[in-house]
Amino acid sequence: MDISLLLQNFLNGLSIGSIYAIFALGYTLIFSILGIINFAHGALFTLGAYFTYALMGEAFGFNGLLANLQLPLKLPFFLALLLSSMLVGFVGVAIEYIAFRPLRKRKTDPLLTVVSSLGVALIIVNLIQYLVGAESYTFPSNTYGNLPAAINFGSADKPIPIRTVQIVIFVVCGSILSLLTYTINFNRFGKAMRAVAEDQVTASLLGINTNLFIVSTFFISSFLAGLAGTLVGSSMSISGPYLGITFGLKGLAVIVLGGLGSIPGAVLGGLLIGITEAFVPADYSAYKDAVAFSILLIMLLIKPEGLLGRRFIQKV
Amino acid sequence: MVNLLNDYAPLIISMILGALLGISLYLPLMTGQLSLASPGFYAVGGYVAAIFSTKIFPTSGLYPWYLLLLEMVVAALISTLLGLLVGIPVLRLRGIYLAIATIAFVEVLRIFSLNLEITGGAVGLFGIPQPFNNTLEYLWVVLPLLMISGIILYRLENIRVGKAFIAIREDELAAEAMGIDPTHYKVLAFTLGAILAGVSGVIAAHFLNTWNARQGTFDASIIYLTSVLIGGTRTFVGPILGGMMFTALPEILRSLANIPNLPLWLVGFFKDGRLIIFGILIVIGTLFFPQGLVTPDLLNNFPKLMRSGLSRVGVKKT
Repeated sequence: MDISLLLQNFLNGLSIGSIYAIFALGYTLIFSILGIINFAHGALFTLGAYFTYALMGEAFGFNGLLANLQLPLKLPFFLALLLSSMLVGFVGVAIEYIAFRPLRKRKTDPLLTVVSSLGVALIIVNLIQYLVGAESYTFPSNTYGNLPAAINFGSADKPIPIRTVQIVIFVVCGSILSLLTYTINFNRFGKAMRAVAEDQVTASLLGINTNLFIVSTFFISSFLAGLAGTLVGSSMSISGPYLGITFGLKGLAVIVLGGLGSIPGAVLGGLLIGITEAFVPADYSAYKDAVAFSILLIMLLIKPEGLLGRRFIQKV
Repeated sequence: MVNLLNDYAPLIISMILGALLGISLYLPLMTGQLSLASPGFYAVGGYVAAIFSTKIFPTSGLYPWYLLLLEMVVAALISTLLGLLVGIPVLRLRGIYLAIATIAFVEVLRIFSLNLEITGGAVGLFGIPQPFNNTLEYLWVVLPLLMISGIILYRLENIRVGKAFIAIREDELAAEAMGIDPTHYKVLAFTLGAILAGVSGVIAAHFLNTWNARQGTFDASIIYLTSVLIGGTRTFVGPILGGMMFTALPEILRSLANIPNLPLWLVGFFKDGRLIIFGILIVIGTLFFPQGLVTPDLLNNFPKLMRSGLSRVGVKKT
């Protein structure tokens, strides 16, 4: 393979991988605190893309209950991105109150939590379809302002063009990741959060309001899902309410690869899967989505605790 | 009567198929394992039937019954193989891993069936021949299958294997300490479920006449999961009733939508909002009926309930 093509694939993989990373981080944050997986995460991803689309003042199609809806405001992309991610964050908090907290209070089988979050996912996805239809939507071409479509990273005779979108994605994801890493590792808030993750009872005895931290974790996690959804929706298109399903499932592959509950693991796993997918030859691109799931199955076979996960010890 | 039966034959057959899929999901659940793989095996079974009957043994006229049986055997073998392949590595682990792995498994199968030539790609396979003269005769295969599975499950709840399943569900560590090999029994339950789903797929493919990648999707997994959870996860009667109920639900909603003078949005909701209703039912079900509607207590007390109901209607006891 040509070196410039190699580099181009690598950079593309890095860009999509960083979306996987922030998306999977949402799964991981909730898992590390509550030991459960929020299967509605993929649906929140979809919701983020639709919210941003609506907030930018774009019109919806003629299907669904809200046919031809168009909000009377035209927010610039980055403001819409922030606002819609926050909205998704609040939806996530609502999900915690409706579908997670009652079950946790009763200390039921964790499997039931999985099931109720699957139920929430089903509601969100089909509500979107019911409200605005199943057609695909594309963001306007000048979404990111007046940036050039691609930037050349090579020399004039050996061009390595990278789409600007990819760079925007990489920069946004990179800054969010560093912000989160800083918050979780070097800050009172993060310390308290880790304490809650380690042991809820002890943390609450030490004067930490555990419920507040669980709710904020849901907010942050859903915020990340919404952000990832917008970035994917704006760089390709919103292919319909099912946009988040494949992504949600791939996120599971990412966290299993990195290790359930491991934050650096989620980042590493996301980047690795993104890069692996970018190197799938064009002839086999239809099988690209199978890569993540095959990695998942292989990981479960050889190293179920993941690359950076802790070995689990079951105490009686 | 016969006319009525013929009119409702497609619904009856699909309800029994729904019950069979419910059972196939219930089996791993007996050991406390959440598997979402049933639609995957169902899809595999359907493709076996479709490929056998349209490519390997194309027939004109009625499709011979012995070939149908052959398809069922082949589908069962392939499902066993795949079930072991996924089950053995994953079921060594505790917790959520089976759910994750089966989701991945269903997706991999779907991607391959969408892209392979032998499965007809995105369009799928058409013109799968009918083994019977009319739809009602499908009862000859689905009814015995349901009865056999029912009898096996009824027995299973009372013999060593079934007791081991339930012991693992209640406490895996304690079961292991009692000398039960959890992995062994979990794989057994999972594979039995896989076989049943595969065989049901064979029948469904003939019944539906066509087969494509939409038959085994993540959505389908959740729908069958709903039927089992709402039906009941503690006794095999639950998934059977649940599977039947939820297969009939779209029909019921459709007839509700035909009630005159309903507001337009409600009609639309009844027609297209089926999955939203499923979602709401899942959430409500897990919150308020964690064991489903048909619980062992209900079944054991059923005669008593009936009697007390009758006495309430009739004369008071002295």
